[in-house]
Amino acid sequence: MDVNFQFDWSAAFGSIPYLLPGIPWTLLISFGGLAIGFFIGIFFGLLRISPVRWLRWPAVVYVEVFRGTPILVQVLFIFYGLPQLLGGPINALVAGIAAIAVNSGAYISEIVRGGVQSIERGQREASLSLGLSRVQAFRYVIWPQALRRMIPPLGNQGIISIKDTSLFSVIGVSELVRQGQIYIATTFTALEVYFMVALMYLAITWTLSLVLRQIERRGLAGQ
Amino acid sequence: MTSTQTPIVRMQKLHKHFGSLHVLKDIDLEIVPGEVVVVIGASGSGKSTLIRCINGLEEFQSGSLDVDGNTLLPNGKSSQALQTIRTEVGMVFQQFNLFPHLSVLDNVTLAPMKVRGWSRQDAEETAKRLLDRVGIADQANKYPSQLSGGQQQRVALARALAMEPRLMLFDEPTSALDPEMIGEVLDAMRELAKEGMTMVIVTHEMGFAREVADRIIFIHKGEIAEQGTPEQLFDSPQHERTQSFLARVLKH
Repeated sequence: MDVNFQFDWSAAFGSIPYLLPGIPWTLLISFGGLAIGFFIGIFFGLLRISPVRWLRWPAVVYVEVFRGTPILVQVLFIFYGLPQLLGGPINALVAGIAAIAVNSGAYISEIVRGGVQSIERGQREASLSLGLSRVQAFRYVIWPQALRRMIPPLGNQGIISIKDTSLFSVIGVSELVRQGQIYIATTFTALEVYFMVALMYLAITWTLSLVLRQIERRGLAGQ
Repeated sequence: MTSTQTPIVRMQKLHKHFGSLHVLKDIDLEIVPGEVVVVIGASGSGKSTLIRCINGLEEFQSGSLDVDGNTLLPNGKSSQALQTIRTEVGMVFQQFNLFPHLSVLDNVTLAPMKVRGWSRQDAEETAKRLLDRVGIADQANKYPSQLSGGQQQRVALARALAMEPRLMLFDEPTSALDPEMIGEVLDAMRELAKEGMTMVIVTHEMGFAREVADRIIFIHKGEIAEQGTPEQLFDSPQHERTQSFLARVLKH
């Protein structure tokens, strides 16, 4: 170890202009993927709790496959593998968003299932006893309550997915890590630059945490 | 009550199984409009299951069940009749089961608006009148968690009444309440009985049962062991099972 090594603050601050352009890409992949993943999650999460057996198993397979394989393998498969099937290249940004979508979708379907199943049976019984149909009971009574309970785990998933996008530097999306790597290649200041990269992830995830805490506070006010 | 009236509930030879457990055995029961029937029995005797069959929250495996002219078939094979029955039969649960994400007012207006198609204005007018009747008009904009247990159960009563039911089911409505709140819920039910509502009540409140019931039904191990007026049942029970049950519950 080089005991004379000094953390070079000017190198750290100097990297900021090169790193900042990576943030929009990180955000675009994260939130684009999560938005799609949310709908995938609702779809498969509700299939998973369907009373019809043959509707349940596709959801089980989906969750097991995309939760049980690494997201790095998923994005490599999409970016390098799928073009061989489709006969044309896939845009790296699209591949990144797709990977976050299918991966977070698997976890979110479990969150949806857990959220809906956590609502006491009496809520459904009271709704049905009032003459509401099963669909109405779900829409007006079960789902709004389940959604509130889903906010904390959804926030967790959001933070995990944001961090997962750092892996997509391998397919050349110019997100935060990739921007850092390019900069380091010419300056050789890995310590300072990765430190700043880490700070920027922290800024994004911490902001999300604060926003979620606000939503949670407001959302739970009626409970 | 007169025996010539058409019954609003008619159960014939009804059997209910939970897997290998025979929960209800050969139940024959007729309830006429305006009648107040109290169902008593030990826990696990099947009394809750019995009234939950009336609005289809429990399926039965054989026998027949008519509610207000609608026929429920065994094993839940009658969704249309079931839907109609549920709009005509109200229920109050042991655990209140209010909707915690909705205000008191919205709890009461939800079903009339979504099921009956009432306008918000009509539904709210009715809701306020009913909340006033059960003594909690001033709590209309609060959420259920902000109310006491007794208040919550009275909201649940108003919520059920908002559908203008022809029959009300009560499944141990005071069992989850602190002792000092039982009275206010029983008072509201007493009022309802006085107004002529047809009621089927599962309860452990024997004093209340004696006071409001036209008929008491004693259930033992899934069978109607004995039934009669409160005087007959409480003062001179015929069956040994009834006697030992009453001896246990009336002791304290």
